[in-house]
Amino acid sequence: MENADLSHHIVSRFNADLEQLRSNVLQMGGLVEAQLKLALRALLEGDSAAGDEVVRAEYEVNSMQVSIDDECSRILATRAPAASDLRLVVAIIKTVTDLERIGDEAEKVGYIGSHHASMERPADHYRVMRHLGRVVQEIVRDALDAFARLDAKTALEVAKRDRLIDEEYDAAQRQCITFMIEDPRSIRHAIDMLWIARALERIGDHAKNICEYVIYTVYGRDVRHVSMGDVERHIHSLSEPQSLGSAAPAAD
Amino acid sequence: MNDQAYPADVPPSVPPAPVRPAGAAKLPLEKPTSPVLRPRAEVQHLSFHYGAHQALKDISIPVADCQVTALIGPSGCGKSTFLRCFNRMHDLQQDTRYEGAIVLHPENINLVGRDVDPIEVRMRIGMVFQKPNPFPTSIFENVAYGLRLRGIRNRAILAEEVEQALRGAALWEEVGSRLQQSAMALSGGQMQRLCIARALATKPEILLFDEPTSALDPIATAKIEELISTLREKVTVLIVTHNMQQAARISDYTAFMYLGELIEFDEAAKIFTNPSKKATEDYITGRYG
Repeated sequence: MENADLSHHIVSRFNADLEQLRSNVLQMGGLVEAQLKLALRALLEGDSAAGDEVVRAEYEVNSMQVSIDDECSRILATRAPAASDLRLVVAIIKTVTDLERIGDEAEKVGYIGSHHASMERPADHYRVMRHLGRVVQEIVRDALDAFARLDAKTALEVAKRDRLIDEEYDAAQRQCITFMIEDPRSIRHAIDMLWIARALERIGDHAKNICEYVIYTVYGRDVRHVSMGDVERHIHSLSEPQSLGSAAPAAD
Repeated sequence: MNDQAYPADVPPSVPPAPVRPAGAAKLPLEKPTSPVLRPRAEVQHLSFHYGAHQALKDISIPVADCQVTALIGPSGCGKSTFLRCFNRMHDLQQDTRYEGAIVLHPENINLVGRDVDPIEVRMRIGMVFQKPNPFPTSIFENVAYGLRLRGIRNRAILAEEVEQALRGAALWEEVGSRLQQSAMALSGGQMQRLCIARALATKPEILLFDEPTSALDPIATAKIEELISTLREKVTVLIVTHNMQQAARISDYTAFMYLGELIEFDEAAKIFTNPSKKATEDYITGRYG
């Protein structure tokens, strides 16, 4: 059961509800992804209009968070979902929180970016951010992809990549310290870069959380605060469950 | 853009970031489970035949002492048949056959053994049915019936035992002052609790419930569910229910049956959040097979 099955409920309205819920989350994910892209454009290209756009998009992301949470409450109250359906709804409630926070972090990057647009922008300060930004964009995209397909194996691979971002973040910090040592007049700017690096690193963490919820939805195992090695071994040890048609003698 | 260039720019004088201690303990992936350690009864390779039709196929589960075990599954899966094996209800029908054993601890009596008297089994294993079925006598006589069968004649003892059973079934407050009235005048929920009191009066070791709330309104249902949760302190409960949420709410262990076979048996919390078998998942989430 690598990909959870949302359809085939006897109550077809329930299928429709879950599908709608999932597509709303994906839509919210798309908005957040676009926000991150705009924020990085504001930062790297000194495009202040893009930065303003990120701040405006925040409103829509926030309202989607609230409406998806509402919908989840309604489904919990009216359908009393169980097993994988329950896990999906729980995972979605958590996922939208992380998506909204990715939006918040992107907003920080965006407004610092648009603030710098009219200032002197030393090219070497942006080199590290460009790299970090690209890695973070990839991890967010892949996490949403894993969520869209409820693909736990991809989710595990993506979650493991969060380590790379932590390494990049460390490199960015050291780079900023170097700029400050070399030219004390750049300290203000370097500190802003540190804030941006921090925001990007946090986005990576939220993407990792989303991957963990995907694994929870599919395998029913809460993998937060668990060693990724354990998770990997567990996933590899699982075999395909039987279907109702081929009722086999009981285990346990 | 040269991605690899920047670390080389960092002079050695820049101290590295503080390293987070590696010892920060990770949580275990596997949650602790509570297997049935002290079963009150153990079903061992139980099969049951109605004539040529095999209704139960090689079922083995433990029945946890002083816990609620729920049996779920679609209509015709054999869960009521399974429940009825415990107090030999099938003996009333001709041409039925048990195989395997239901061992009642601690004496290790095989409840479905040929040499075991079904009347004695029914004294020890009480049963409550889907439709409340009080006798058409007074409330008092309904509860005292089993005690009288046991040969208790002393009025004081009878009164004491009846009160205890009615209190156990959370009915005393409502009927304590009118014990001589007809049981047929009670409401559906009260009748059902009277049947539970009647079953409790003989101090059974296991109480069987066959869809005890399917004929009751939500309030009466809630009272029965609450009652079953309290009964658990004194008696082992086995319940058949079509209401999955009910099984999730009141049971400690849940068995899912399909076409006479046991598909999965586990802690209720596990069955309803993360069942191991696809068939169980399909059933409790309301999917087609």
